[in-house]
Amino acid sequence: MNKAIEIRNVSASYGDHEVLRQITLAVEKGEFLVIIGPSGCGKTTLLKMINGLVLPVEGEVLVEGERLSACDLTSLRRRIGYAVQGAKLFPHLTVEDNICYVPGLDKKLSKEDRRKLSGKMLELVELPAELAKRFPRQLSGGQKQRVGIARAMAASPDILLMDEPFGAVDEITRRALQGELLALQKKTGITIVFITHDIEEAFKLGSRILIMKDGVIWQEGKKEELLHAPRDGFVKQLIGGM
Amino acid sequence: MQIIHILWERREFFMTCLLEHIRISLTAVVCAGVLGILLGVFISGHKKLAGVVLGVINVIYTIPSISLLGFLIPFTGIGNKTAIIALTVYGLLPIVRNTHTGLMNVDAGILEVAEGLGSDGRQILLGIRIPLALPVIISGFRNMVVMIIAMGGIASFIGAGGLGAAIYRGITTYNMTLTAAGSVLIALLALFSDWLLARIQKAVNRRYGIE
Repeated sequence: MNKAIEIRNVSASYGDHEVLRQITLAVEKGEFLVIIGPSGCGKTTLLKMINGLVLPVEGEVLVEGERLSACDLTSLRRRIGYAVQGAKLFPHLTVEDNICYVPGLDKKLSKEDRRKLSGKMLELVELPAELAKRFPRQLSGGQKQRVGIARAMAASPDILLMDEPFGAVDEITRRALQGELLALQKKTGITIVFITHDIEEAFKLGSRILIMKDGVIWQEGKKEELLHAPRDGFVKQLIGGM
Repeated sequence: MQIIHILWERREFFMTCLLEHIRISLTAVVCAGVLGILLGVFISGHKKLAGVVLGVINVIYTIPSISLLGFLIPFTGIGNKTAIIALTVYGLLPIVRNTHTGLMNVDAGILEVAEGLGSDGRQILLGIRIPLALPVIISGFRNMVVMIIAMGGIASFIGAGGLGAAIYRGITTYNMTLTAAGSVLIALLALFSDWLLARIQKAVNRRYGIE
């Protein structure tokens, strides 16, 4: 069983509007899949299908062989990391408490465990240990984003879902974060599904890239494949400057 | 000067009134606080019900306090019990409304992340929503406390104790100083409570990283 995620014939709609149409997709373990597309193409909805924040009207989603429709979503989510644009840290919790949030959902952690875990995670995302006692509002945008990733990774998930996590940080910080994320994936072998609207970011990070348009997968492949054989003008325009 | 004089002269009477006022207000504050917060939390999970409950509480709030006391007499008689019920009912509006508003205004993105990270409903409510709504809830609580203390002055018209007794006695005996002294004490009690709660609010905000 090498598939981390399997999506079979999934459709989704908000009211009358169909956001996803008959999507089928498999993500291998250890893969870094980047989903790219214009806003409104359904990429965020697709991502939220994987941790059950959005449920399909038809089709089926499997995570590590488990059907989402038949499993306990809450406990499944604790095994899937989730990081979003702007980090959305819990503003009333310190950096340490934010990082320890997911492990703390299952059992009460001792002070010592919390200190150790947050220290380890801060090191992983290359932040100084003294940030542990700060509140989110005392952090810069880049620091928040790193803490957001640390929080997503704290329970050692096998899968990490990222929804434009670097969308709200400046260019220089973004480059640094991208490099760190690649290194982190190499080190942990985690499966990552990453959403962006920036083609440069997609090419830099993705071992496979999936282009979405109007709720369908328009084209997918490695960077070279997309560059050499773009499906049509839309894809050409998307990868334009590259 | 006259007020200070009368306060000193009849200090035992005023002390009894003050303690009785605190006792009645505190009981009403605890009742309205517990009931109001529970109700606010409950309706924040039931959108349709929220409109109805807030509507009903709003209507009750528009009943003049003196007539609400009057309405209650056939059911609960006269005295402290009726006063506490009336004060509790009045106190509900600010606390229910603020609890509801506070809970509804928590950033939806944060709630979604909390859910996406694997929190169950109880963990989201107790760990995220209520703490984030707390500043708004506490300011509703402050409003409620001040209102209950101030309105407690009217309660003596239906035979309840408290500082209203001094005011009422002053009015019926044409003793303006007595009325003024009772009013001043009520105002001071309200201001002091508000100040105390403001300090608690500050401490809570500091604890939750809001400044």
